[in-house]
Order: sequence, then structure tokens, then C-alpha cells
Amino acid sequence: MQKTVNQKAWFLVLPVLLLVAFSAVIPLMTVVNYSIQDTFGGQFYPLDDKLMWFSDLLEDERMWGALQRQLMFSGIILAIEIPLGIFVALNMPKSGFWSSFCLVVMSLPLLIPWNVVGTIWQIFGRVDIGLLGYVLDKIGIDYNYTQNTFDAWVTIIVMDVWHWTSLVALLAFAGLKSIPDAYYQAAKIDQANRWKVFRFIELPKMMGVLMIAILLRFMDSFMIYTEPFVVTGGGPGNATTLLSIDLVKMALGQFDLGPAAAFSLMYFLVILLISWVFYTVMTNLDKKGM
Amino acid sequence: MAKITLDNLAHSYLKSPQSEDDFALKELNHDWVDGEAYALLGSSGCGKSTLLNIISGLLHPSQGRILFDGKDVTHAPTAERNIAQVFQFPVVYDTMTVRDNLAFPLRNRGQPESYVAERVQEIARMIGMEDMLKRKAQGLGADQKQKISLGRGMVRKDVNALLFDEPLTVIDPHMKWELRTQLKKLHHDFGHTMIYVTHDQTEALTFADKVVVMYDGRVVQIGTPEELFERPEHTFVGYFIGSPGMNVIPAKVEGNRAYIDGTEMALANGYGPLNGKVELGVRPEFARLSQTEGLPVTVRRVEDVGRHKIIRADFFGHDINIIAGEDDRVSADMNRVHFDPSHVNVYANDWRVTPKVRTETVGAA
Repeated sequence: MQKTVNQKAWFLVLPVLLLVAFSAVIPLMTVVNYSIQDTFGGQFYPLDDKLMWFSDLLEDERMWGALQRQLMFSGIILAIEIPLGIFVALNMPKSGFWSSFCLVVMSLPLLIPWNVVGTIWQIFGRVDIGLLGYVLDKIGIDYNYTQNTFDAWVTIIVMDVWHWTSLVALLAFAGLKSIPDAYYQAAKIDQANRWKVFRFIELPKMMGVLMIAILLRFMDSFMIYTEPFVVTGGGPGNATTLLSIDLVKMALGQFDLGPAAAFSLMYFLVILLISWVFYTVMTNLDKKGM
Repeated sequence: MAKITLDNLAHSYLKSPQSEDDFALKELNHDWVDGEAYALLGSSGCGKSTLLNIISGLLHPSQGRILFDGKDVTHAPTAERNIAQVFQFPVVYDTMTVRDNLAFPLRNRGQPESYVAERVQEIARMIGMEDMLKRKAQGLGADQKQKISLGRGMVRKDVNALLFDEPLTVIDPHMKWELRTQLKKLHHDFGHTMIYVTHDQTEALTFADKVVVMYDGRVVQIGTPEELFERPEHTFVGYFIGSPGMNVIPAKVEGNRAYIDGTEMALANGYGPLNGKVELGVRPEFARLSQTEGLPVTVRRVEDVGRHKIIRADFFGHDINIIAGEDDRVSADMNRVHFDPSHVNVYANDWRVTPKVRTETVGAA
């Protein structure tokens, strides 16, 4: 087929190009710019080794520690929220007033701003005035999230589970609702037990939305900042200093703009990489589903 | 295999049904004879699927009992009834292979693996999917998926009954015919009680020994295809079975005379006094266009459908259909219609009236 050549068409791409340039490329380039220079007193000083901040970062134990904690955090909350969300969705009323009621109640935590969630749990867990901390203390459980690493971790994990399990449950519920009745009826006719119904009907039909839930929860938890920062401030010590908390400390606390820029670029690349893996897996699942 | 008895059965989807109209399935007493093939025929929403789901236990009836060989199973769960059911839309277990899909009902009952393998092979041959056993069920076409559903329904030998809920809707025509033949053969070979729900009369008439016609939540007639054709018990049966359906003409009946719009017509039988809406029912096959005989009619259109001609005509302001043989001549001066008196049925309030006096002679009033 003969295509008409008209170079003016390039102008049509221009608006998008400008938009993307201002919204993404230019801000990103300033970060790239910082990452290969040293700044001091508002002046830029070129580095001898252009990639010095990157290589420094890769040898930085502090960064590795934060990454390790970050992976542990994301891993734990996924391991809790996904099964718990599915469990909740399976046990929700399928229709009628109580179904809507459950949906509304479950959506509530999702509507609360991050720093408010942090504040709620920060106060809730306090031994002197917080309901949870006070009660635990009174019944003889030694709980103090500001002093004890384990308690601090339990607090931020329970907080995240409280905040976000609803999202998984809502998505799983949507997946379950889309299963036609005939499937359950056929399973009854075939005398499949509850486990087989879950394993061969519900789980496969939920797979699509579950992948989205896992992706969303992974990305969100991997980038989490506000809630743990408000509750523990990264402490005790560095015990709950996750990647973004560490990054902010470096960029705004110490004003090490160069290393912080290198840090953010690598942080960005890691998230991009993991999202790409998810995307590939999901599209492959879809293809098989056709 | 079992005889299935419906005793005083009725079902309403409402919690507290007020009137008869609230019932999706109106009171019903019926025995499904062991080993017969039934077709449950009726238009959409007439309660066919409701009845089927009550038999299989997916639905619990609001009143009445269901007995399998005399044993009350009204409140028994589906699993205990040992019934196979195939649904309108294909249900397959996506993540399993075709083989595992077919084996699923057997494995759930803990059958030995050697028996399972043998049965699966047999069924796969029957539905023509032997070479696909290793494939995942996901990604197959709708008709292949439905064949798997059918296979899963047929894989168990010991079922009490096989229920089909419009199973061939998604299957393309030539495969439809083939599968229906397979089902008939299966019925012939194993003698399962089969109930086949459909709204397609051809499907019902070719599949079943007995056709159960439902209308508005009620069973209006149970009979052989021939009975349904010759003596429809309800105007709906006359209209629903046959193509085109029975002509229904309002009339007044006195003894063995009928008056259509004041014009007299002789009937083969005498009738007692009739109340309510009285109608004559006559199949297009038993109406004949003529130059001299019968009552006046205005021909509006002649449709040649190959095997025969369908004549659409106006008869005292009512649309009627007349079937003429392919070789019968239809000419412009044929403006009368003659009904074969022995095939004219009389209906009062839509139900067929049995003649009071059987007289062979047609004549003197």
C-alpha cells in the first residue's frame, strides 16, 4: 500500500512531546544532572569519575541495609495482605444490604490520607495515652515501638495491613462476583469439595485481578514513606528505615544531593524493572487466557 | 437410574408468594419414568430451568416433594442425588487439561485411576476430542468447551438422571445434529433417564420419547410428538409446535356447529355448552385452499419454502396459515378455505375441550 509522505505530521506529535518533556523528562534530567556532579554552596563541581556516586552507593552498607528492610517489608505485607484479602472476599456476603455495607466499611481505610494513618497508629500504639499500647502494657505485654525493633516492625506491618488489605479484598471480590453461577452449580453436580471449588474455579478466575492487586501493593509498599516515617521516624536506630526514608534523610537531612540523585535513579530503575517483570507475567497470563 | 416423582411441587423465587402469579413454577405432579428420554419444551422464562434445577437440587422448592425411586430427596444436596447436569453455557475448569476436566467428576467420587482413564478415553471418543486430551481447556472455542461439559455430564455411568439445560445453544448447526444423535445413542445404550430442556421444537421432537410442554410456569401437555401435533391440549402447544403453528380462530360452538363471525361451520363432534373464550384450533396442514368448498378467505401472500407452500391469508379478520403441497396449484380464484373436520379442535379458555358426543357423521344439526 502506498503511504502519503507528509513531514508536517511531526508537528502533531509536538504537543505530546512538550507535555512529556515538562512533566517527566526535564525533571528527571535534573536528577541525572545532580547524580553526576558534586554540589557545594549552590555551585556545581564536575566529578573526576562521572559514576562515582553510583559506585559509592553500590558499596554503601547503609543503602543495602535499607533495601533489605524494604524487600522484607514488601514481602511480609504481600504475604499477609493477599491471602487475607482473598479470605475476606470469599467470606463477604455476595449481595444485598450487608454486601454494600461491607464494601463501604472496607473502603473507609482506603480513604484516609497516609499521614493521618501514620498519626492514628502513632497515637494508638503509645504506651502512655494510646489505646493499644496502654492495654497491651496493662495486660503485661511488654510493647514499645519506639524502643523495640520487633515491636516497631509489628506496628508498621499491622498498620499497612489495616490500611491496604481492603484494596486486595475489594479487587478479589470483584473477581469473584464475575464468576457465573453456572460454575458453582457445575461444581456441585461434579461433587467438587470447597477446596476444589476454590482451587479450580475461584482462584483461576481471580488470577487477573490478583495480579493487579499484587502489582499495586508491591509498588506502593516498595515506595512507602509517610506512614512508617510518622510512626517510627525510621527508628529505633535504623530498624525501620526503608528505602524512601533513607533517601529523604540523605537528600534533605544531609543535603547530599549528588548521592541522593544517584540513589533515586537506581530506586526508580529497580521499581521499573520489577513492574516490567509483573507486566510481562500478566500479559502472558492473559494470552494463555484467550 | 431412578424414577423421579414430583409430588405437589411448586416454586416461587419470592419469600412469601401472594398469588399464583408469584410462582415461577406452578403446582405440578408428575412421574418421570425410569429410562425415558424427555424433552422439556417452552419459551424462555416459562420455568423450564427452574424445574430442572429443582430436580438436580440446585434449587429447593417452596412446596412439595421430589422422590427418587420413592425416596424423598427434597432437601438432599445435589451431591447426594447423583445427577449429571449440563448447562446452557459451557463450564470448564480452565486450568485443567481436557483429560482432567473429563476425569473430574469421577475423581471426586474416588473412582480408581484405571477406570477413570478408560472412561475418559471412551467419552473423548464420543465427543470427538481424543486428540485434545492433553490440551489445557483454557483457550478452546465455545463449542469445544461445551463438548467437554457434555462429556463431563456423561462420564459417570451410575447417575440417576442426566439433565440438559439447552446444551446445544452455543454449538454450530452440523455439530448440533451430531451431538444430539450421540445423546440419543447414549440413551439407547445405557437407558439413563434424560431430561432435555430446550426452546427448539425440532430438538425436542427429535430427541425425546415424551415431550413436556411448559407455558407460564405450568406443564400444559405431556405427550409423544405425534400427540402434541394431533391434539394440542392447550392453544400454546398448538402455536408453539409446528411451523407455522396452529391457527386459532375465535368462534361460537353449539353442539356440532361452530359459528365464526356468524358463519356456520360443521364440526366432527358435538360439544356441551362452553363458557369463556371459545376458539377453534386447526393446523395449517389440515387446512386446504379451494374454489368451491369451505368458508371465504382472502389470500394475502404465498411463501414457497421448498418442501411446501405457506399461504398467509385473512379469515374473518384473523390471520391464518394454510399449507399446500409443493405441487398443489394455488390460483387467484381460490377464495375459500376448507378445514378437515376431524382435525379441528375446540378450545375453551385456551384448554382443549373433549367432545361430548362422538358422531362420525357430519351433518344434521
